[in-house]
Amino acid sequence: MRRAVLIAIPYVWLLALFLVPFFIVLKISLSDIALAIPPYTPTLDLSQGWAGIKEFFSQLDFENFVWLTEDDLYWKAYLSSVKIALIATALTLLVGYPIAYGMARAPEEWRPTLMMLVILPFWTSFLIRVYAWMGILSNEGYLNQFLLWTGIISTPLTILNTQTAVYIGIVYTYLPFMILPIYAALDRLDGSLIEAAEDLGCSRTQAFWLVTIPLSRPGIIAGCFLVMIPVIGEFVIPSLLGGSGTLMIGKVLWEEFFSNRDWPVASAVAVILLLILVIPIVLFQRNQQKQAEAEQ
Amino acid sequence: MNRLSWFNTVSLTLGFAFLYIPMVILIIFSFNESKLVTVWAGFSTKWYGELMQNQAFLDAAWVTVRVAVFSSTLATILGTMAAYVMVRGGRFFGRTLFSGMIYAPLVMPEVITGLSLLLLFIGIGLDRGILTIVLAHTTFSMCYVSVVVSSRLVTFDRSLEEAALDLGCSPAQAFRLVTLPIIAPAVISGWLLAFTLSLDDLVIASFTSGPSATTLPIKIFSAVRLGVSPEINALSTIMIAVVTVGVITASLVSKRAMVRQRQEEQAAARTE
Repeated sequence: MRRAVLIAIPYVWLLALFLVPFFIVLKISLSDIALAIPPYTPTLDLSQGWAGIKEFFSQLDFENFVWLTEDDLYWKAYLSSVKIALIATALTLLVGYPIAYGMARAPEEWRPTLMMLVILPFWTSFLIRVYAWMGILSNEGYLNQFLLWTGIISTPLTILNTQTAVYIGIVYTYLPFMILPIYAALDRLDGSLIEAAEDLGCSRTQAFWLVTIPLSRPGIIAGCFLVMIPVIGEFVIPSLLGGSGTLMIGKVLWEEFFSNRDWPVASAVAVILLLILVIPIVLFQRNQQKQAEAEQ
Repeated sequence: MNRLSWFNTVSLTLGFAFLYIPMVILIIFSFNESKLVTVWAGFSTKWYGELMQNQAFLDAAWVTVRVAVFSSTLATILGTMAAYVMVRGGRFFGRTLFSGMIYAPLVMPEVITGLSLLLLFIGIGLDRGILTIVLAHTTFSMCYVSVVVSSRLVTFDRSLEEAALDLGCSPAQAFRLVTLPIIAPAVISGWLLAFTLSLDDLVIASFTSGPSATTLPIKIFSAVRLGVSPEINALSTIMIAVVTVGVITASLVSKRAMVRQRQEEQAAARTE
């Protein structure tokens, strides 16, 4: 009996505040925009009983989804979000792996400190970390001042409000998500395996590619998912660093909702975004469960 | 362990420089005299003074702190329950769905979570304000708490719980007297994580807050959209300082707790 209550409380909470809201989004994505409060129609009227429910369903349609396929803004935004997310994930991996590797190879007594140095920025406000780059990357920013001073460039570079700035912002803010799982995998790695590979005639580089990389694969996979999935729907980074030229679906959804106040279209955008994300989310969850079971 | 090779030294140095230089620059320029943020014009703390005069920021900070305290506490209770159910609950109907709902919010784009919760609150006619932000933050941060707590539950020796049950504890007593003290460091770090996630959140709060409750990130975001300002630099510096002190204290406390726990376990092993 107690056990049932213990299970039921978090279960019901998540059902009510996580799962049910998705069905509401789905329902509103099938509704029409209206000049009313709430600004969509139809609304479910249960007081009329069965007739009301039938009436409600007959008014739902796929108009908003048709609209999304007709206006190529949405297509472009979806494609460019996926593209930015893929490239940014690869960049984060390239930057993060050597750091995680260096941490795993550092003297044992340094490691807790290095760990904390990686985690500390993660605890600091995301918004502030993105904001810090606005001052660095702008035309009169610190980076341009520095490059002009050293004489590497003679005219300031335009970086802020371009996709380059978005990539820098993503790599910077999501780096801890990449480093930590890879570090965890590398830390567990048995050093004698690498020694064995080297004894058997591998060069250090070969041993790295043939032993270290495959054994750190669960960490790489987890890190890539943790970066890629949220980046696809990212809003803060493109809106502060990307300028008007960067099209990302999270930003489109935000503007559709807050500026155009078109809730049904915003919901339809969310539904399709979710459909795009279902596959990576399920894969991520499988990976996590497999990891958890392997540990048990 | 052998010394660091030059490659590892370089990658660690560059990596940490990349992580920290932006924040160091931000902190330095918060003490800049000039209104022009990119030109150094001498040391001054005047922007901190102006910040303390800014009633809108102070109000927003107070709302943010209240939301964070309530939501992280609720999230810790719910998340610990969820972790316990996941690790010790055995099989029950809908377990896969349950674990899906625990892991999915970790990677769900915030715009979707925010939008869906807003539509729920409007659907059930709940006025948007502090309560709705608390509910929203609790929902996503309880998942983080449950991941942190369940990783601790997985690694600890279950025979301790069984011993307590054998010695006549009820399951609730065993949980309170044995399990909870052992997982306490994980529960505390879960609470801290939930607290910072709530302090930090812009997107979900923007969707679920009403005109009566503006949080600090919402305020910062609307100011930052107009460009870099020395006042925001000062505010950021204060937030970075608070977080740094908090994280270092928390890690020292948990390290001491871990050392003590290990000593006690060793002592117990010797007396057996």
